[in-house]
Amino acid sequence: MGELKLMKGNEALAEAAIRCGADAYFGYPITPQSEVIEYLSEQNPYERTGMVVLQAESELAAINMVYAAGAAGKRVMTSSSSPGVCLKQEGLAYIAGAEVPCVFADVVRGGPGLGTIQPSQADYFQNTKGGGNGDYRNIVLAPASVQEMADFVPLGFELAFKYRMAVCILSDGAIGQMMEKVVLPEQKARLTEEEIKAKYPWALTGRKRGTQHRVITSLDLDSARMEEHNRHLQRKYDEVTKNEVRYEMIDCDDAEYVFVAYGSSARIAQKSVQLGRAEGLKVGLLRPITLWPYPTQAIRNLIDKGVKGFLSVELSCGQMIEDVLLACNGRAKAEHFGRVGGIIHTPEEVLEAMKKQIIGE
Amino acid sequence: MTEEIIIAGFGGQGVLSMGKILAYSGIMQDKEVSWMPSYGPEMRGGTANVTVIVSDERVCSPILNAFDTAVILNQQSLDKFEDKVKPGGYLIYDPNGITHKPTRKDIHIYSIEGAQLASDMGNSKVFNMIILGAFLKVRPIIDNKNVEEGLRHSLPERAHKLIPLNMQAVQVGMDNIKAEN
Amino acid sequence: MAEITLQDIIQPENLVYEKSKLLTEKPFHYCPGCGHGTVHRIIAEVLEELGVDDRTIGVSPVGCAVMAYDYFDVDFVEAAHGRAPACATGIKRVWPDKVVFSYQGDGDLAAIGTCETIHTCNRGENITMIFVNNGIYGMTGGQMAPTTLVGMKTATTPYGRMPQWPDGTPNNGFPLQITQLLAQLPGTRYVTRQAVFSAAAVRNCKKAIKKAFQNQIENKNGVNFVEIVSNCNSNWKMSAVDANKWLQDNMLPVYPLGDLKDNFELIKK
Repeated sequence: MGELKLMKGNEALAEAAIRCGADAYFGYPITPQSEVIEYLSEQNPYERTGMVVLQAESELAAINMVYAAGAAGKRVMTSSSSPGVCLKQEGLAYIAGAEVPCVFADVVRGGPGLGTIQPSQADYFQNTKGGGNGDYRNIVLAPASVQEMADFVPLGFELAFKYRMAVCILSDGAIGQMMEKVVLPEQKARLTEEEIKAKYPWALTGRKRGTQHRVITSLDLDSARMEEHNRHLQRKYDEVTKNEVRYEMIDCDDAEYVFVAYGSSARIAQKSVQLGRAEGLKVGLLRPITLWPYPTQAIRNLIDKGVKGFLSVELSCGQMIEDVLLACNGRAKAEHFGRVGGIIHTPEEVLEAMKKQIIGE
Repeated sequence: MTEEIIIAGFGGQGVLSMGKILAYSGIMQDKEVSWMPSYGPEMRGGTANVTVIVSDERVCSPILNAFDTAVILNQQSLDKFEDKVKPGGYLIYDPNGITHKPTRKDIHIYSIEGAQLASDMGNSKVFNMIILGAFLKVRPIIDNKNVEEGLRHSLPERAHKLIPLNMQAVQVGMDNIKAEN
Repeated sequence: MAEITLQDIIQPENLVYEKSKLLTEKPFHYCPGCGHGTVHRIIAEVLEELGVDDRTIGVSPVGCAVMAYDYFDVDFVEAAHGRAPACATGIKRVWPDKVVFSYQGDGDLAAIGTCETIHTCNRGENITMIFVNNGIYGMTGGQMAPTTLVGMKTATTPYGRMPQWPDGTPNNGFPLQITQLLAQLPGTRYVTRQAVFSAAAVRNCKKAIKKAFQNQIENKNGVNFVEIVSNCNSNWKMSAVDANKWLQDNMLPVYPLGDLKDNFELIKK
């Protein structure tokens, strides 16, 4: 058992990065996630573990620092909030094409544009469908608590290096700013140069004499090779889809109607399940933990077990609902309910929406 | 048991740290807790508030529109949150600087002269602990020994010598809260 | 008279030039007469002479040198347009003992990447930055660059670069003196402007590039920045010989050669 603390989600993410042996954080301040770089700067991880923390001149610079340092085999991360993540999409496309491992967090605020600094889940499309150019995917983990903000950092690095791709921790202003209990893991050592060379032969560490030099690039002007590279990426994404879907089910065993919600919306919908059950309604909650790959099969299995309808509860005008509809494929009713602009839905109105939109009179 | 609390006042009154001490004290009493500040420009402009939830169950939403108890430390906050107290709930306020008193009849209203009492104690910084004591008198959800533990965890090591003074302030708050209806 | 065979010529005593071992067998895709090939050769020779090929990581740009990684036998990462200094920063910060260099053209370094360039220099990253300035966008087909001379015709200034309209309204702006600007920043250790249009210029350029790498190896901080004023005979629409002449007549008065800063001290002219 690690250390029990009361921390903000943003601080837990930062502390978890230090403890899991991350080598560097490159970031740029933006509300509501500035605590990440503030906490890291205050903790002085350069003294604690040798971890580098650098406030870059922009989100663009930060993600490109991440790209190259990741290409050099190091455990590197960045974080930002919605408009800042837009700027990072350039680097993320390169990271996908060049197959560089890294972790980034999006502590989502309302949009479009400058929007609001209040919590939102309207970056679902941006992160799960890819915001940069080309056919690519990022693994997207959706923490619903401060504890998961901490837990998903080491998990993110594990997946990033297993598949050589970016892992997004898709949080929001509520999870980032709130304080909760968190159990922190023990400090792990950063990898040594020898360990990096042994584990990641692709990493740019300076080519050994007499061996082929290494190139990390997303460019190849040969069409046949570029097609094969894209096919290779897709096979990798298929592998991720097969192995890495994660979700949580609450009260779904006998459920007839199911809320689908992630992150802070899942916490609210969980309360709606309690309220509904108290009224005798057979409602449950499916909480996707990976938003890509999406728990499509879990939804199909629920339909096979007799679930008649789903309500996708999101702090957006309806984004994840598209994945729910694809999973349902017409076999069950699915609709969206959500508040936006920084307003957070109440458990009561979420339950009411389920009754009105899905269950009917 | 679930207690949903809003603490609201001016920046600099110790609103956020009072919330943090309350949340840490809740952890010491084996409760589930959440602490959610208002953030953004408004916290620089003047008012600051924090929502604290202390519960036997996992906390659902950390952001609420209605509260069991409102702890109110300035007029703007009273104007904003009086209506957000659930019927039958509690409103605790410091009359210092209040020009329009709370008027609701369907909630329990208490006052605590926190600013005056802190000044009497000769240390304006214990103001928020006096308020915390007043709150705990009305809503005894956490034992004093766990408040002391909560202080130990939320204060940096160098401030631990101030814990007895803070606990004294808690007691002053408990002894001086007045029911207004 | 006995016929001289190829074997008779290829003898050690006849060797006048040997390609650096750090250049690969891949033929350059650069236009004949372009300065990139010469600059590549100099960098490869310097890295070989310094014996740091097994701990060097290069960063290639977007532009004509995008595939520089094909020609150097050292580890390389290919950066997004303008971001090479950020990439070099990322690598150097996590591998301070490696030798890290970026290689960029004028559009990459002084237009889209100006922000990264200035801030990397201002932080005093311990890296070597190579900047090839030929006053035009080469790979995209000869459009105006920030360093395009006033009056110079390009695909996007077909009547010549005109900083302002005759009535004073802003138009294409002025040639950007990025190297002078960088020399003013406290984070740059060594700032120099070189060229490769003649044998003498190549020799000076090699000395400068060697110093820019040596400084990195011997110190902990300070950007070592080498601008190379070069040509683009294809997009300047000239022969290679004419382009080198034009460079001397037109580019060098605006971008004069020589050291601008050494060991953090500005050089007064």
